[in-house]
Amino acid sequence: MYRLSIVTPEKVVYEEDVASIIAPGTVGYLGILSNHAPIITSLKPGVLNIKDNAGSEINFAISGGFLENSSNICTILADSAEFANEIDLERARESLARAKQRLQNAAGEIDTGRAEAAFERAKNRVTLAKKD
Amino acid sequence: MATLRDILRRINSVKSTRQITKAMKMVAAAQLRKAQLQAEQSRPYAEKMSDMLGHLSAVATDKLSHPYFEKREVEKQTLVVMTSDRGLCGAFNSNLIRNAEHWLKERDPEKVELVCVGRRGYQYFKKREWKIVEAYIEFNAEMKFDMVRGMVNQLTTRFVTGQTDEIYLLYAKFFTTAKNVPTFEKYLNIDKPESHGDGETVGAYIFEPTPDDIFSALLPRYALIRLQSALADSFASEHATRMMAMTLATNNAGEMIDSLTLQYNKARQASITTEILEVVSGAEALRG
Repeated sequence: MYRLSIVTPEKVVYEEDVASIIAPGTVGYLGILSNHAPIITSLKPGVLNIKDNAGSEINFAISGGFLENSSNICTILADSAEFANEIDLERARESLARAKQRLQNAAGEIDTGRAEAAFERAKNRVTLAKKD
Repeated sequence: MATLRDILRRINSVKSTRQITKAMKMVAAAQLRKAQLQAEQSRPYAEKMSDMLGHLSAVATDKLSHPYFEKREVEKQTLVVMTSDRGLCGAFNSNLIRNAEHWLKERDPEKVELVCVGRRGYQYFKKREWKIVEAYIEFNAEMKFDMVRGMVNQLTTRFVTGQTDEIYLLYAKFFTTAKNVPTFEKYLNIDKPESHGDGETVGAYIFEPTPDDIFSALLPRYALIRLQSALADSFASEHATRMMAMTLATNNAGEMIDSLTLQYNKARQASITTEILEVVSGAEALRG
C-alpha cells in the first residue's frame, strides 16, 4: 500500500492509498508496487490502471506527463487525466476522426508533432472508453 | 439652498449608481470564486514539479544543460507587467505600475523592454514611450490556455534567441481577498534548482529514459505552469480588488443617500413650515 496522487495543472485529480498501478511510461508500461525503488520517468499518452486497497480497478486516460516514486509516495504529474467513466465515447470518436483527417491532409502547414500527439490522445480515450 | 427637486434628483442618481456598483460587486465576487479556485488548484502541480526538478538536478548535477538554464552576461532585460484590462478596481493597477516604473527607472531605458498583459498597463507605458515588445490585452481576467501557451512561446523564444538576457514577471500575488502584493519574480533564465533530499535516496533514483530526456520534457512544462500560475494569481487579485472597491462604493453610495435623504426631509419640513406661516399670517391679516 502506498500513497498515489495524480496532479494536473487544473487540479488534484486523485489522492488515495493504492495497492498497485500500471503506468504508461515513454519506454513502455511499468508497474509500481509498494516499496518500489525510487524512480522518475516520463509518461506517454495511455491508460493508467490503478488497483486500490479494496482490490477494485480504476482506469484513467493520461495524456503524457511524469511519474515520480520514492519512499512509498507516488506522484503523477499529468498534462491531463480523465477518469474512464467520465469519457464521452461519442466525443472521443469524433476527435479521433478529426485528428486522423488532419494527419492525412497534412501538407507541412500544420504542426505534425502536435497533430500526432492529438491523435494518440484521442485513440487512447476511445480505447479506454470502449473497455468500460 | 438646493431646492427639493434638486435633492430628489440627486438621490435618484446616487441610487442608480449604487445599483450598478452593487451589480459589479456581485459579478466580481462570482468571478473571484472561480479565479481563486483556479489559482489554488494549479499550485500543487507547480510545487510538485519544482520538487521533481530538485530531485533531478541533484543527480544529474553539472552535466545538465538546457537553453532555459543559460546564464548570460546581462545586457537586456524584459519585464512582463500583468495589469488589468478594465478599470474600476481600486489601486490595483496603480500599485503595479508604480512598482514597474520604479524598476524601469533604475535601468537604462535602452536596455529594458516591456511585455504588457492588460490594457491599462499597455496604455500607460505606451504613452510614456517605453519600449513595448508585446502586448496581451484580450485576457479580460480569464484564463485562456491557448493564449498562455502562445505567450510562453513568445517569451522563451525571445530568451533562447538572445533578444533578451533575463525575463522578470511583475504580478499581484494573491493572498486573501483583502490582500495582494505586487511581486517580482525571475522567469528566465531558470536558476538551477537547489537539490534537496539527502544524497543517498537521491542517488538511488532510476531514470527512464535518461535525466536529460526528462529534463527537456519537464522544463517547457515548468515554464508554462509558472506563467500560468502567475496569471491565475493576477486574475484572482484583480477580481478581489474590484470586489472590494465596489463594496466600498456601494457603502459610500448608501451613506450619501442617507445624508441626502436627511437634507431632503429638512428642506421639506422647512418649506411646510414656511407655508403654514404664510397661511397663518394671511388669516391673521384678513381678521385684522
